[in-house]
Parts: sequence; structure tokens; C-alpha cells
Amino acid sequence: MFKKDITPGAKSKVKSSAQRAIRNKVVEEYPLLAPHIDEIIPKKEQLDLVKLPDRVSLYTLGSTPLFFQHMDDNLLPHLSVVHKFPDCFSRIRIDRGAIRFVLSGATLMVPGLTSPGGRLPDPEAEGEDERYGKEDLEPGTVVVVEAEGKEHACFVGVLKMGTSEMKKVKKGQAMEGGHYLGDGLWGLNLG
Amino acid sequence: MADVATAAGPPEPQAKQVVYCGVCSLPPEYCEFGGTVKKCEEWLKSHHPDMHERLYSQDTINANMSTLTLEAQKRADKDAQKKAAKASAAEARAQEIKASSKVLIKRVERNKRKYVTAVQGLEAHGLELKKVAKDFGKKFATGSSVTKLPGGGEEITVQGDLSDDIYDYVVETYKDIPEDNIECIEDKKKKGGG
Ligand SMILES: [Zn+2]
Repeated sequence: MFKKDITPGAKSKVKSSAQRAIRNKVVEEYPLLAPHIDEIIPKKEQLDLVKLPDRVSLYTLGSTPLFFQHMDDNLLPHLSVVHKFPDCFSRIRIDRGAIRFVLSGATLMVPGLTSPGGRLPDPEAEGEDERYGKEDLEPGTVVVVEAEGKEHACFVGVLKMGTSEMKKVKKGQAMEGGHYLGDGLWGLNLG
Repeated sequence: MADVATAAGPPEPQAKQVVYCGVCSLPPEYCEFGGTVKKCEEWLKSHHPDMHERLYSQDTINANMSTLTLEAQKRADKDAQKKAAKASAAEARAQEIKASSKVLIKRVERNKRKYVTAVQGLEAHGLELKKVAKDFGKKFATGSSVTKLPGGGEEITVQGDLSDDIYDYVVETYKDIPEDNIECIEDKKKKGGG
């Protein structure tokens, strides 16, 4: 979604009613963030809305980007939010070989997730792998993508294919669009 | 459901503190995929030696290698070279912008003999205005904040007539900003004699 460098457009204050709605939406979409919502969007602080190219809205607190949304699609967290609260999102993992493709903005392909280095939800997961959940995820779910051998997530987006199907077919496109480390959104200069 | 129960007791920040690379801005574990690995490594070594030790140890490098086939490794190398070339071009561009971006330190008269000092243009030199404003406030023991400019953008407003002090401080603290680019000006309001 942000393969090119982007320049932020007009910035406007979010009305307090709208700000409340956004907080609710965040909690609804990411229930595990509920205990942290006051830390992420403090009640007393002013959220700003920054218009980005291609009808993307970005919500920021001062110069800190928080969440973004393309038209009426899912409200997605900026990766810096993911890094702060990694346990609050549905997660999957790509193998090491897929990292450089994801970081160059390529579509995330299923083999990068089903190979030995990848991780998908697994009812038999144990230990460290339990973080990737036990129940399969449906297409359309917002997921955070971690990487083999790395602590922090490198991508966030929406599943194009359900994880149970991925395990069956082991090929095809897993996710598209989204926000990856080093993309235009990551590099955005909000002053 | 959307109602968040507020836990008793003082709220402890729960956010994880994450270090980002001062060169390429990614978490340092991802520096290897960018084009500025050498610089990133130097930065990490001087700023977070413990992390450097962990990420650039022979063990880590070997572990990283072992998960890739030889062919994939070759492709990755080629890719890395391309990225390096791109990154150095981008850096040259950024340097150019920095070299030509002016910093204005403006003395503004608010009321009779009451001044504020406005500082503009620091963001073009990669500084975070909020943080710098805080530093100004601490350094000069005065009010200092980031304010929006009517035409877009932001400036730092410091209470008091501190142009010269701020000039010295900026020159001293942010050595990357060429001194020639820093300019002190006075925003004088015409006033009747007296
Ligand atoms: Zn780096």
C-alpha cells in the first residue's frame, strides 16, 4: 500500500466524539488492546487526522502515527504500535527467506508461511509457538507478521486466504497491501 | 464490551520500549536487509553495545546463513548490493537537503519588552521538534513548546529573548547543522516612540 515514499497531506484535529468512536473501534477490532487504550490514545490528548495519498487516513498523536485506514477497510495499527504491544494482535510468522521480499513490498506468498521457518496457528503449538495461536484465522482478519529469528514484527495487513486453506494448498497469495517495515508509511515524516 | 474497566492504582506504561536504528530507522535486527548495514552496525556499536554484541556475533551470522540455501544466499547478496546503491543515493539526496535547509531563530516582541524566540526549520535536519522543545525548556529553564504555523508546519516557541543563547546552543549541540544555515532575525513590531 505504501511502496513509494509519501508526503503527508492536510492535517486536521479529530473531534472529541470522533475520537471516542476511534477508541471504540480500536478496542472492538483489537480486544486485547483494551487494557492499553488509555496509554495509546490518552483521553485528554488530541488525535489528528492526516490525509495520505490514495484515500488513506492516518490517525496520529503529535508526530506519532497510531492507526491508519484505507477508505472503509479495516483500521490497521502502525507497526510502531505493534512493536509496543506485540501480544495484542493475531500473529503469524514468515521464514527468513521471505523477509527481504516482504521488506521490498512484494505480496506475501503462502510458502513463506508454511515452510519449516514459518508459523501459522496450530492446535498443537507449544512454548514459544503458542504466540501464533491455536485457532485458524479467517480471510479478512488483520494479522501481524513476525519473522523467523526476529523479535519484532515486519508487516501488518489483512489475510487474503484463511490459514487452514494455506496449510492445505501451500501456495498462492497470503496477504496483499498492508504496511511493512521501511515502507512509505514507516518513513513518513510527520514533523 | 467496548467499555474499558480502569484498573485501580497508578497506570504503569505497558508499552514495550523498542530501540530503532539511528541510521535506517528499522529495529536493528532488520538492518541487515537494508543498504546501510555498515553504518547501522557502527551506530549500534556506539549506542547499544550489548545489542550489537548479540546481533552481530558470529553465532548469529552463522545461524542466519544456515537457514538459506546457497542460491538464495547469492540472490540475497545481489539484492543487498542493489539496496546499498539505492540507499547511498538516497542518503546523498538527504544530505543535500540538509545542507540547504535553513534554521531561523527569530526574536518576536509579544508585548512591550516581552519577547518570545521562535525557532524554525530544525525538522529538516532530522530533529524531533517536541524533544528539542523540551531540551530548550530544560536548558534555559523557561517555557518552550511546539506550535503550529498558520501556513502549515511547526516551530518551537521559547519564552524570553534567547536568540543568541539558542544560536550558541544549536551550533554546539547539533553539529550536523552547518553554522552558515542558522540565522538570527528580529521580528520587530513598529511602535510609536516611547
Ligand atoms: Zn539500521
